[in-house]
Amino acid sequence: MTYKRKDGRKNDELRGPIVAKVGVVPNADGSAMFQIGKTIAIAAVYGPKKMHPQHSQNPEKGTLRCTYNMNSFSVEDRIRPGPSRRSTEISKITEWAIEPVLMIEEYANQVVDVHINIIQADAGTRCAGINAAAMALAHAGIPMKDMVSSVSVGKIDKTIVLDLDKFEDSEFEDGEGSTDIPITFTHEGKLTHIQLDGKISPEQLKEAIEMGKKSCDEIYEVQKKALKEIGK
Amino acid sequence: MTDRKIVIPGEVIATGDDYLPGEGTEKRKNEIVAIKFGLAEEFNKLIKVIPLSGSYQPRRGNTVIGKVDNITFNGWVIDLGTASSAFLPVSEVPKYVNRNDLEEVLDFGDMVVAQIFEINKRGIDLTIRSRGLGRLDQGIIIKVNPHKVPRVIGKEGSMISLIKDNTGCKITVGQNGLIWISGDKIEDELFAKKAILYIVENSIISGLTDEMNNWFKENSK
Repeated sequence: MTYKRKDGRKNDELRGPIVAKVGVVPNADGSAMFQIGKTIAIAAVYGPKKMHPQHSQNPEKGTLRCTYNMNSFSVEDRIRPGPSRRSTEISKITEWAIEPVLMIEEYANQVVDVHINIIQADAGTRCAGINAAAMALAHAGIPMKDMVSSVSVGKIDKTIVLDLDKFEDSEFEDGEGSTDIPITFTHEGKLTHIQLDGKISPEQLKEAIEMGKKSCDEIYEVQKKALKEIGK
Repeated sequence: MTDRKIVIPGEVIATGDDYLPGEGTEKRKNEIVAIKFGLAEEFNKLIKVIPLSGSYQPRRGNTVIGKVDNITFNGWVIDLGTASSAFLPVSEVPKYVNRNDLEEVLDFGDMVVAQIFEINKRGIDLTIRSRGLGRLDQGIIIKVNPHKVPRVIGKEGSMISLIKDNTGCKITVGQNGLIWISGDKIEDELFAKKAILYIVENSIISGLTDEMNNWFKENSK
């Protein structure tokens, strides 16, 4: 018995449209927008600038500081604006996903600020945020070893599917229910971030990672195209 | 690889052991990889990436324009719009300075043209011991994208002297994107400002100096 997707996508098919735009915030040092399906994220990078408050300065190397925020109008029922337990977690997760490729060792006592705003949410917001942040950081001229691309893989009942939407992520409850696994890859194929809460067998997890790796290449091409367009 | 192309971080620019990695690039095995987003350029087998966007990165020898932020017992703290603060010590002022009255030379909020003479871990050190450096007393200051500054100056200063000739203004371009314009009349200064903003907006056109020649013919009264 296999799960049939509501929107008629294949199991390893990303949501459309995938749109990426660089330089959407003129006042920022670097910025980008990333849309996948109905999820839209905007990232703005400020810095490197002097770290404030002073007690958080690191004299050994530079710091990356991400702020993830979901706008109150991004979902159907208005969410309470301001930081929450969930948004602080995702901010930290985004930092960890991007930090391995960032070369900010030389920026002692300085900080690179990344502000991620979700203006429309339909599941997979942290992945869209990471994709937008990677482009914005490159646009800000921050030295990076590689680009990162992120996608969420999920298990619906017993089937591994790619890029869950809102229904598959939080409303599907038949059989084993749904499990969401956000994954981030560098273009080289190295894993920088994986999250999982739920039940999955090691074999199926391997399958999910493989599927994620393949689609991250697809997302990378979109990011690359968007960055090259702005330089013209 | 002959002409310039846009690269993104992690992209392989050239393969082969005879290439050398320059600024904004890194050598991994026998590949030259970009670590910054920008224009890749090859010169004598040396490959470098020129950034197209982002904040201003200070370099030794740059002429910059800044604002006096603070006065300490032996110098001034200058705000250049960079992450690390810049310091102008009293010893780098080419005239007698009364140490009890540093405000007389440069007061809070004064604009100053200076040159970067050293960058170290603690910050940027400035000097005004050269011609054309020092406090700015009149004129206007405009801000442009620091990456467009080379286009405003032009090849060997061709563009900036064109603007100076056509407007009769004195102009100093700071590498940090601040430009000082001073003329006899405010109209001249505003005209020079208009010309510079036009250059910044159309910086991608090739043969921009000729284009500006035409622009001046059309726009001058």
